[in-house]
Amino acid sequence: MNVVSIEGLTKSFRTGVTALADIDLDVAPREFVSLIGPSGCGKSTLLRLIGDLVTPTSGTVRVNGKTAHQARVDHDYGIVFQDAVLFDWRTVSRNVSLPLELLGWDRARRKARVAEMLELVELTGFESSRPWQLSGGMQQRVSIARALSFDPALLLMDEPFGALDEMTRERLNLELLGIWEKAQSTIVFVTHSIPEAVFLSTRVVVMSARPGRISETIEIDLPYPRNAMTHEEPRFFELVTAVREALAAGHGGRAFRDAAPAADER
Amino acid sequence: MTSTVVEPIPPGFGREIGGRLRDWVPAIIVFFVAIGLWQGLTTLFDVETFLLPKPSDIAQAFWDDKGTLWDYGVYTFKEAAGGFALGSFFGILMALVLARFRVLGSALLPFAIAANAIPIIAFAPITNNWFGLLNPFSKMAIAAVLCFFPVMVNTLRGLTSVDVRSIELMRSYGAGELATFRSVRIPNSLPFMFTGLKVAAVLSMIGAIVGEYFGGPTNALGVSILNDTQLFNFPRAWAGIALASAFGIVFYGAVALVERLTTSWHPSSRGFRGE
Repeated sequence: MNVVSIEGLTKSFRTGVTALADIDLDVAPREFVSLIGPSGCGKSTLLRLIGDLVTPTSGTVRVNGKTAHQARVDHDYGIVFQDAVLFDWRTVSRNVSLPLELLGWDRARRKARVAEMLELVELTGFESSRPWQLSGGMQQRVSIARALSFDPALLLMDEPFGALDEMTRERLNLELLGIWEKAQSTIVFVTHSIPEAVFLSTRVVVMSARPGRISETIEIDLPYPRNAMTHEEPRFFELVTAVREALAAGHGGRAFRDAAPAADER
Repeated sequence: MTSTVVEPIPPGFGREIGGRLRDWVPAIIVFFVAIGLWQGLTTLFDVETFLLPKPSDIAQAFWDDKGTLWDYGVYTFKEAAGGFALGSFFGILMALVLARFRVLGSALLPFAIAANAIPIIAFAPITNNWFGLLNPFSKMAIAAVLCFFPVMVNTLRGLTSVDVRSIELMRSYGAGELATFRSVRIPNSLPFMFTGLKVAAVLSMIGAIVGEYFGGPTNALGVSILNDTQLFNFPRAWAGIALASAFGIVFYGAVALVERLTTSWHPSSRGFRGE
């Protein structure tokens, strides 16, 4: 059974803008799917539709075989935003345990799980730090630990490393692959960066804008485990070029036309 | 992993106090220079007492009658504190209701803001009439109404100015309104609420004193100040005013201390001491 199954999905906003049209997308268990496309192609909206944070105009979204709504209520996915969205009034460990508290886990079980998660994202020792005492990359790792703490089948990531510097980003990409390996989860990942999408994914979904559509899907056949050397393989460059060309084709030569207001930036 | 910890462990409480005392030095110097100037100029130009008494005369007047004035001050402070508690309680309650039921909020908030423009102090004679001149509740009512608005408006702003991602995060956990209020909106509102409470602390003392100007028991500070001016006992009137200010400042300080203790998580608590 697919973790995500989307059929004939269309999303129009009240402003009349059609953010997404005729989206069909299936994500199998253990896949790492990146959504990439120009601003306004609705990739963030698509992620939010999977998470039932936005409701579709028509079409269906199923997560783990249930409606997106039921999946959300059942805690079937964890989400990571571009900002870490950590609460200053909670320590690092209490930020990670927030979803566990909402699930009604008892204190001992929460404590054990938080320790486990902080170890996974290599933040052991920062349990009682405040979010603002951490660097941006560390904050994002806390956010990932929180999203994975309750063992969701699916991890939704909305440009999680977009605000970080290049070096931190590359390191976190490597760590994310390690976490994905260990946690055995399925990831849908929104990004602007072509190398990031190719480096991480099993499959890159290239989208075009106005209205947002899936223009091409590119299988990434680079072997795992990937590491810093992957960036230098000829096949990596070929795939980066393939994604870049798919993006340009999706643009239909309209690259220089004035961009309409981005529908996926809220 | 070699991580990039930017901040050290937050400084201990002891160091905070030390740092803060140092911060106070300029203000303390200004205070004593101002008092000194006041004393010097009133002596030099031989200013009449009814215009502006010397600080030394005011201090003397307070010292001569300290027990009585103190008791009056405590009486008035109790009225102020009662009004503060009532007004703040209903202010916070109202903010919670308006934040929860937005429709109600948009229906009522314009009136709340309009009501804020009413010179509430003008109602003092009326509350005196409602509850009785000698009933402390007549002064509490004025103080309470004065406290209500700043607490309500600030708390409401704190409850509603929540990052949209925080709300999405809570939704992603399938959390309902109650959990979102408890885990996000209410903690987020605390710094705002304390801003309102600090304003209210000062207003409550003003409300109680002004209420007493329109009549009250003789053991109230406002009544005492009024009587002293009518008896041309200006140093004692000034001593009463100074005492009222002192109560107001201490009340403000107490609220600020509670704020520091309960919102120590707030990044502003880091302070900026040029380190």
